Amino acid sequence: MTLSRMTPAALMAALVAFPVAAADPGKMLAQACAGCHGQSGEGLGSVPDIRGYDRAFFAEVWQDFREDRRPATIMNRIARGYTEDEVAALADYFARAE
Amino acid sequence: MTHLTRRAFGTLLGASAATLAAPGLLRAQSAGRLVIIGGGFGGASAARFARIHYPDVGVTLVEPQSSFVTCPYGNLILGGKRRLGDITHSYDGLRARGAEVIHDRATDIDPEAHRVTLAGGAVLEYDKLIVSPGIGLRWDAIEGYDDAAAEVFPHAWIGGDGSQISTLRAQLEAMPEGGVVALSIPENPFRCPPGPYERISMIAHYLKQANPTAKILAFDSKEGFAKQGLFQDAWAELYGDMIEWVPASGDGRIERVDPANKLFISEFGEEHRVDVGNVIPPQYAASIVRDTGLANESGWVPVDPHSFAAAAARDIHVIGDATIAPPMPKSGYVANSTAKTAVAAALAEVTGRPAWDAPVYFNTCYSHAGEEYGISVVAVFRPTEDGFEAVPDSGGLSPRGPLAEQARNRRLEARHADAWYDSIVKDMFS
Ligand SMILES: Cc1cc2nc3c(=O)[nH]c(=O)nc-3n(C[C@H](O)[C@H](O)[C@H](O)COP(=O)(O)OP(=O)(O)OC[C@H]3O[C@@H](n4cnc5c(N)ncnc54)[C@H](O)[C@@H]3O)c2cc1C
Ligand code: HEC
Repeated sequence: MTLSRMTPAALMAALVAFPVAAADPGKMLAQACAGCHGQSGEGLGSVPDIRGYDRAFFAEVWQDFREDRRPATIMNRIARGYTEDEVAALADYFARAE
Repeated sequence: MTHLTRRAFGTLLGASAATLAAPGLLRAQSAGRLVIIGGGFGGASAARFARIHYPDVGVTLVEPQSSFVTCPYGNLILGGKRRLGDITHSYDGLRARGAEVIHDRATDIDPEAHRVTLAGGAVLEYDKLIVSPGIGLRWDAIEGYDDAAAEVFPHAWIGGDGSQISTLRAQLEAMPEGGVVALSIPENPFRCPPGPYERISMIAHYLKQANPTAKILAFDSKEGFAKQGLFQDAWAELYGDMIEWVPASGDGRIERVDPANKLFISEFGEEHRVDVGNVIPPQYAASIVRDTGLANESGWVPVDPHSFAAAAARDIHVIGDATIAPPMPKSGYVANSTAKTAVAAALAEVTGRPAWDAPVYFNTCYSHAGEEYGISVVAVFRPTEDGFEAVPDSGGLSPRGPLAEQARNRRLEARHADAWYDSIVKDMFS
């Protein structure tokens, strides 16, 4: 059942019953980051902790990675793969992650 | 949880909003049953993700092995940098999250009745089925290479119970001074495109210390390979002339093996005597998806790029190495990444919660080429109408350059690779 195929009532009900939508884009996008930064961005070994990252600073750091202005072994290559909307969703997600 | 209850929920969705808005009721009524075949990179990731984000859905994971030996970091056992215990993982974490883990082999799937039959005779009913069984080896592809031959010339390309990688390591340790290690490497597509070349590197890393006059002959059925420039730079810098890579055009295709006489025989009939032989045979999807008609004539499974739904049956999603998903590689990271999209897509119908409408898939493959010498390839992928594409101008390889300039990068990437391993394993089993 996709969102668009649900009746408004059913949609409301689903949202009431399950306030955390699994398909929240920020959360789904962040799944890819979990493979290195840990499940909630807590970091591991040499990979930095990115929980509670300031939202505005995240966007700035991302842009710096994209343009090779920030030292990186890998984030420069990763940063170029995401759209503006996706970066905003990731910034929101990690700003809230604890 | 049965088929029937799933239909009951469908009916419920049509009922009044007032009934539905009672969360307890909805939760109780909506709980469906997700069955997952295969507890490896795709299956374990799917089980964990489903238990965390869809606690109202019951999860049953079917996996014959009582613990999981990862292929990633197996090459580091050959290099003497890890032991089998370091790459063996328990299913207790998934059990603690409420997944039912059954150690048995699925032998049949009935997509009409929504049933999976296990070798032990049990029958499981599902609302949605996720299948991530990995690869099968094409035993018929290299003449003389069968189950018994694999005891002499291990493949070590399926984790299994860990005996294949342990045998290969023991053979390297026992090899006479100045001996020859030979590898046979298949054509595309196969599991883990950079894997054979990381393996060559890790064998060289070990031999450089333990048996420095030994030789490595890498017979390849291809003309080129993943991260080729980076690997060949590393081999020249670290191992001198220990490694010889033989492409298909240089008679690199091995067509027959003779384990009794320790021979690799090439396409043009050249006989190579080897002391240790590692045969990585051509592959197809594991038998459960070939025997049940989910795979097509290529031996791999066609899927919907947005949901990983199998093309051949409803309510079944296939992920991981078994699928046809180029240009995405057959990697653990891709299996992990696509598992989550598949779970969200599969459970959307069961729970009424939306699937991910614009999925993004992700891959990184780190390889160890030597001591504190890591290299990587990265890509971000998106589904297209009938396949997948890498996002243009993103991803790519670690920078090339002389070791003197790149030493810091290589050292950092080796450490990040270790962090990746620990992190992804947690994302599967913790
Ligand atoms: C040497 C080597 C190095 C690698 N390094 C990396 C790396 O650094 N990074 C990376 O991302 N990837 C790496 N890979 C690739 C990675 O191992 C695979 O891509 C990944 O395991 C695929 O996941 P999967 O779920 O499809 O299959 P698997 O992880 O193999 O899991 C399949 C599981 O299904 C079970 N199964 C099979 N048939 C049945 C059945 N009928 N019933 C029940 N269970 C069944 C199997 O026992 C197995 O446990 C490497 C591979 C190799 C060989
Ligand atoms: C393959 C491993 C890997 C993946 C996947 C990954 N990262 Fe990173 N991340 C790193 C490493 C390593 C660094 C340190 C910089 C570098 O070497 O590139 C880093 C640094 C960062 C930083 C800067 C932290 C700081 O303050 O210095 C941010 C922010 C970040 N990553 C966010 C993300 C997000 C968001 C994702 C998912 C889209 C992600 N990363 C995916 C490995 C990874």
